[in-house]
Amino acid sequence: MRTLQRTTLLRDAAAIGAAMIAVGASFGAITIAYGLPTWLPFAMSTVVFAGGSQFLAVGLFAAGNPLAAVLAGLLLNARHLPFGMAIGTAMGTRRRDRLIGSHVMTDEVVAFTLAEKDPARRRHTYWLIGITLFTSWNIGTALGVLLGGAVSDTDALGLDAAFPAALIALILPSLKDRPTRLVALTGAVIAVALTPVLPAGLPILCALLGLLTLLRRPTRPAEPAEELRC
Amino acid sequence: MLIAAVVILGVGTYTMRLGGVLLRERLHLSGTVQRLLPMSAAALLAALAATSTIMAGSDFAGLARPASVAVGALLAWRRAPFVVVVVAAAGSAALLRLAGLP
Repeated sequence: MRTLQRTTLLRDAAAIGAAMIAVGASFGAITIAYGLPTWLPFAMSTVVFAGGSQFLAVGLFAAGNPLAAVLAGLLLNARHLPFGMAIGTAMGTRRRDRLIGSHVMTDEVVAFTLAEKDPARRRHTYWLIGITLFTSWNIGTALGVLLGGAVSDTDALGLDAAFPAALIALILPSLKDRPTRLVALTGAVIAVALTPVLPAGLPILCALLGLLTLLRRPTRPAEPAEELRC
Repeated sequence: MLIAAVVILGVGTYTMRLGGVLLRERLHLSGTVQRLLPMSAAALLAALAATSTIMAGSDFAGLARPASVAVGALLAWRRAPFVVVVVAAAGSAALLRLAGLP
């Protein structure tokens, strides 16, 4: 059973890693196509390592607005703070674990890790997915810089559909819990509704307003008011 | 200028990542708040999945992407393996676009 779980996790890591190589390649290629320096995609994929903010930032760099790139990127990445709080010591409790582990935290790593319940397996999952994605994202970036325009269109491969589907598959088990489901779905609706009117990143943070659905607990009048069931 | 921007973005992002992890320990959160944290993460991930399915920037993403994500979601709900979900979603989107769907 244990080997089977390990094998499954390795296979899942390989799948998401392969998709990450392709999207990383598109990032590298697009950056060069914008006429930005060759070192930039490498520096961003290692130092920033947050795909969405990297695409957003290079667009603004190309438009000659580095200040907007920094602000927009930081806003888009602000979700990592609540992610870090949810993950906590999943990456390990040693100083070194947290200092290095925090850097490889991404949406996919958080989703994979929270889908595990057992602490030992959580730690294994966090590091396996984190290191796989960091490696594949940087290999992809290098391929994109080398190959250029040939790899910039990931939509033709359907990868824009692969990532949301992967996230859905990973959070689906946690949505079996009714309050979690209500919080998550309300948050998703709020985020989609606000996307046309707010700058990127802010609608995602507004999804936390979904937690307000917990304030209404008409079905359990006997419970103390401060007790929020999860 | 460009290198400074990359460093500030990188350091800022890292600070938020590590900051969340450290806050979790330092704040001595009550049991209730601790139970809210995974729900918050689920809400953020659901919002990311939903917006990246339906929207491209501040416009609608077209038909191929939402339809293909729905295929993936249906398979996930039917407990298909993760790899199958990811490949089916990507494959559907690629085929639908090949057929001319936006």
